[in-house]
Amino acid sequence: MLPSILIYGLVNSVNLALIAMGFSLTFGISGVANFAYGGFYILSGLLVWMLLNYLKFPFLLAIIVTIGVVGLLGFVTYWIILLRVRGIPLSEVIATFALGVGILELFRWLGFVTYEFTLPYFKKGMVMIAGVPVDYQRLFMIGIGLALVLFLYFFTHYTRVGLAFRGIAQNERTAISLGIKSDLTAALSLALGSAMTAVAAIVILPLGIISINQGYEVLLIAVAVGIVGGLESVPGILVASLILGYAQVITGIYFKPEWMMVVYLAAIVLVLAIKPSGLFGKFKELEERV
Amino acid sequence: METDILKVEGLSKNFGGVAAIVRVHFSLQKGELLGIIGPNGSGKTTLVNLLTGFVRPDSGKVIYRGKNIAGHMPYKIAELGIARTFQMVKPFYQLSAFKNLIIPLYSTRVKKLRGGKYGDRDDVAIDLLEDVGFERDSSVPYKVASSLPHGYLKRLELARCLALRPDLLILDELFSGMSMSEVASTLPIIEKLNSEGLSIIMVEHRLKELFRIANRVIALNFGSKIADGPPRDMMENQAVKAAYLGSEEEG
Amino acid sequence: MKLRKERLDRGIKARCEDIFALSSYREMLYLLFPRALPVMILLILPLLKGVIGLYWEKVLMITCIMALLALSWDLMASVGLISLGQALFFGAGAYITGFLNHVFKLPPLLTIPLGTLGGAFFCTLLLLPVLRLRGVYFAIVTLTLPLMLARFIETTKILGGTEGMSALSPLPNVWIEMYVPVLALLLCLFGFRRLINEDYGLVLQGIRDNDRAVMSGAINIYWFKAQAVFIAGVAGAFAGAFMTHYNQVVGMAAFAMDYSILPLTAAVLGGVGSFAGPTIGAFILMPLSEVLRGVGGLRVVFYSAILIICIVGLPEGVFHYMRRKYHQFERMVDVG
Repeated sequence: MLPSILIYGLVNSVNLALIAMGFSLTFGISGVANFAYGGFYILSGLLVWMLLNYLKFPFLLAIIVTIGVVGLLGFVTYWIILLRVRGIPLSEVIATFALGVGILELFRWLGFVTYEFTLPYFKKGMVMIAGVPVDYQRLFMIGIGLALVLFLYFFTHYTRVGLAFRGIAQNERTAISLGIKSDLTAALSLALGSAMTAVAAIVILPLGIISINQGYEVLLIAVAVGIVGGLESVPGILVASLILGYAQVITGIYFKPEWMMVVYLAAIVLVLAIKPSGLFGKFKELEERV
Repeated sequence: METDILKVEGLSKNFGGVAAIVRVHFSLQKGELLGIIGPNGSGKTTLVNLLTGFVRPDSGKVIYRGKNIAGHMPYKIAELGIARTFQMVKPFYQLSAFKNLIIPLYSTRVKKLRGGKYGDRDDVAIDLLEDVGFERDSSVPYKVASSLPHGYLKRLELARCLALRPDLLILDELFSGMSMSEVASTLPIIEKLNSEGLSIIMVEHRLKELFRIANRVIALNFGSKIADGPPRDMMENQAVKAAYLGSEEEG
Repeated sequence: MKLRKERLDRGIKARCEDIFALSSYREMLYLLFPRALPVMILLILPLLKGVIGLYWEKVLMITCIMALLALSWDLMASVGLISLGQALFFGAGAYITGFLNHVFKLPPLLTIPLGTLGGAFFCTLLLLPVLRLRGVYFAIVTLTLPLMLARFIETTKILGGTEGMSALSPLPNVWIEMYVPVLALLLCLFGFRRLINEDYGLVLQGIRDNDRAVMSGAINIYWFKAQAVFIAGVAGAFAGAFMTHYNQVVGMAAFAMDYSILPLTAAVLGGVGSFAGPTIGAFILMPLSEVLRGVGGLRVVFYSAILIICIVGLPEGVFHYMRRKYHQFERMVDVG
C-alpha cells in the first residue's frame, strides 16, 4: 500500500505542478493575469488531435507546432486584449476569463465532447517500481514536470528575461526606468506561460480523454496550487503540488474518490484563513493584508 | 513613565533582506509634539506604517496607553484613537470635499464619542473643514475633490484625521508639496491642536518649520535611531548632519 | 481652421440643479422621465400578454430575474468585490428553496423568503474568509466556488445529486409569476441606487476606491464588505429561489457558468457601478440570446465575445454613454 501511495502521490503531484506552472509564470511571477489558461490547455490538446487526425501530421511535428501556436496565441492575446486593460487587474481578469470561456464553450458547441478525443501515449508499456505498475507515460510526465520546474526556477532567477518577468510584477515603473520594455516582457511571459500550458496538456491529456470541463478544473488546480504555495514562488508551486497531490491520493484511497475535489476547497480556505500569501509567498503579504 | 501615551520598544522590520527598521526605541509623552526626521529611505514612513498597523513588525512592541498594539489591524488601531495622514494623498475624488470626511464620521469611535448618535455628519464635516483652513462661507468645501489644488487636499487629509477625534495624530510629510504660504497657514493649526492637548508625531523634511514647533525630535538613518533630543540639539548633532549631507570622509 | 470637440451640459440640466428642478414642468419632466419610463414599461408590459404573446412574457420574466443577478453583481462591485461566480448565490437560493419544499413540503410563500435569506446567509459565510483578499484573488475564488459546490453535490449525491429535486410546487397564480420579478427588480434597482448614494453607500464606495484610507478612519472594512455581500446575496438568492418554483425543479444546473457570466456581461455592457447599467445590459442581452436560442451552447461564446469587446472597447458601458448624451451635448469648436 505504501509504495503505491508514494508513487501515485508523486505522479499526481507532478501532474498538478505541470498544470500550475504556466499560470504561475504569468500571473504569479509576472503579474499578468491569464484566465484563458484553461481554454489554452484544452485548445492545445485539441489542436494536437486535429493536426494528427485531420492533417495527418507526424506526432513530433504536431507537438512542436502546437506548442508554437499556443505560445504565439498567448503573445497575441496580450497585444490585442491585455494591452488595453493593463494595470486594471480586474479588467484583465474579466477579459481573459471571457476569452477562456469563449474558447472552451466554442469547442463544446463544435462537438468535441465524445470519448474519441484522446491523444496517443508517447510510448506504450509500463514498468514495475517497488511492486507498483507505472506506465511510461506517467514516468515521462514526472520527468518533464521536474525538468520544467527546474527550468522555471533557473529561468526566473538567473536569466535576464526571467528576472525581467519578476521585475515588472514587483514594480513596473522601476522596471521601465531600468530599460525593461514592460509590454514586451509581459507579452513574452504570457507566451511562455501558454507554451508551458501546451506542454502540460500534451503530456497529461493522453492519460485520459480530452473533456471540456477539464478546462475549468485546470484553472481551479492552478489557482489552488498558487494560493497554497504562494503565487510567485517556484519552490512554493512544488511544495503545494506535493501537499495537494498526496492529500488527494490519500483522500481517494481512505475516503471516497469523489471527495478528492473537496481537498482543493479545503486547502484554499485553510490557507486563506491562516496565511493568505501562501506557504512561500512573501511580497504579496503586504498587499493582501490590507 | 505614566505620562507616556506611546512607547516603542525594540521595533524591527525586514523586507526580504532590506532592514527597514532596526531596533527602534522611543517614547512620546501625552501632549508632546515629536518630530521624526531622516534622509530618504531611512524608514520614516515604514515606522509610521508599523505604528498604525499597515505593516506587521518582525519584533518589538508598540505600547499605546499601556496596551501593546503591534501587529493589530489598522482599523482597530484607529478605533483606539490614532489617526494618520498618508504621504500620497488620495481623496475620494468624485465626492465633494466635505463628503470626503464621511468615512471617519461613520465609524463607531466617533459615534461613541458623540454619545451614541451620529449627529448631523454634514454639519460636523463643514466645521472640521473650517478648522483646517477652508474658507467657511465659500463654495470650496462643496467642490468636488478632484478640482481642489494640492494644498487643499493636504488640509483635507488633516481634516480626515481630525474627524476621528484622535488622541494621537501622526502626520506623514504633511507639508510636502505645500507652498510656503500654505505651510505658514497650516503651522498655527497644528500648534493650536497641540496646545489643546493633542499628542502629535510629525514626520517631516521641512526641518525649519518642524523645529519651530516640535518639543522633541528623533532622527532616523538606515532604519536606526541616531539621535533623540530637543530641536536645537539636532542642529548641532554630527550624526544627523552626516546622515543628511554625508560625512567628510566620503568625498 | 482646427476643430476640437467640446462637451457641455445641456441648458436644461443646468437648470435642474437643486431647487430649480421644481421651477417648471419641463424641468420636472426632464428629471422624472428617465426614472419613470422604465417603471411604467415594466409595470405595463405584463398586462399586454395578449399582444406580446406568452413566449415573450416568459422572456420578460426571465430577464427581470437575470437583471436581479446583475444588480447583485453590481452591488458587490461597488464595494470592490468582483465576482466571477454569481451562480453561487443563484444556486444557493435555488437549492435551499427546493430543499425546503421537497423535504418539508413548505409552500412557496415560505420557501422563497427562507431560501432567499438562507442563501444569502450561506454565501456570506462561505465568502467570509475570502473577503480579506485583494480583488483579483477574490475573483478567482468566486469563480471556483459554484463549480466546486456543483461537483460536491454530484459526488455526494445529496440534495438529489445529478438528478436534482423535481415535482416542486408551482407558483400560486400567473399574476404572481409576472409581477413578483418585476417588483423585485424595481425594488432592488431603485433601492440599491439610493443606498449607494447615502452615507452608508459612500463608505462602501470608499472601500472600493481606497481601502487603506477607510481603515485608517476606524472602519472595519471586512464587516462592511460582509454586509454588502449579504445584501447582494439577497438579490441573487431570490433570483434562484424564484426560478426554482417557476421551473418546479432544481438541479446542478443552478450553479451553471451561465449564471456567472451573464450578470458579469450585462454589467460590463451596461456600465459597472450604475445599477441602471446592468439592468439595461440584461434587457439587451436576454432577448438577444433568446433570438439566438437555436444555437444552444454558442450563447455563452456570444456573451464572452461581447464581454471582451466591451471591456476593451467600451469600458464605460451603454448606460453612461446614454446618460452623457441625455445630459450633455457636443459640438465642434474652432480653436484656430
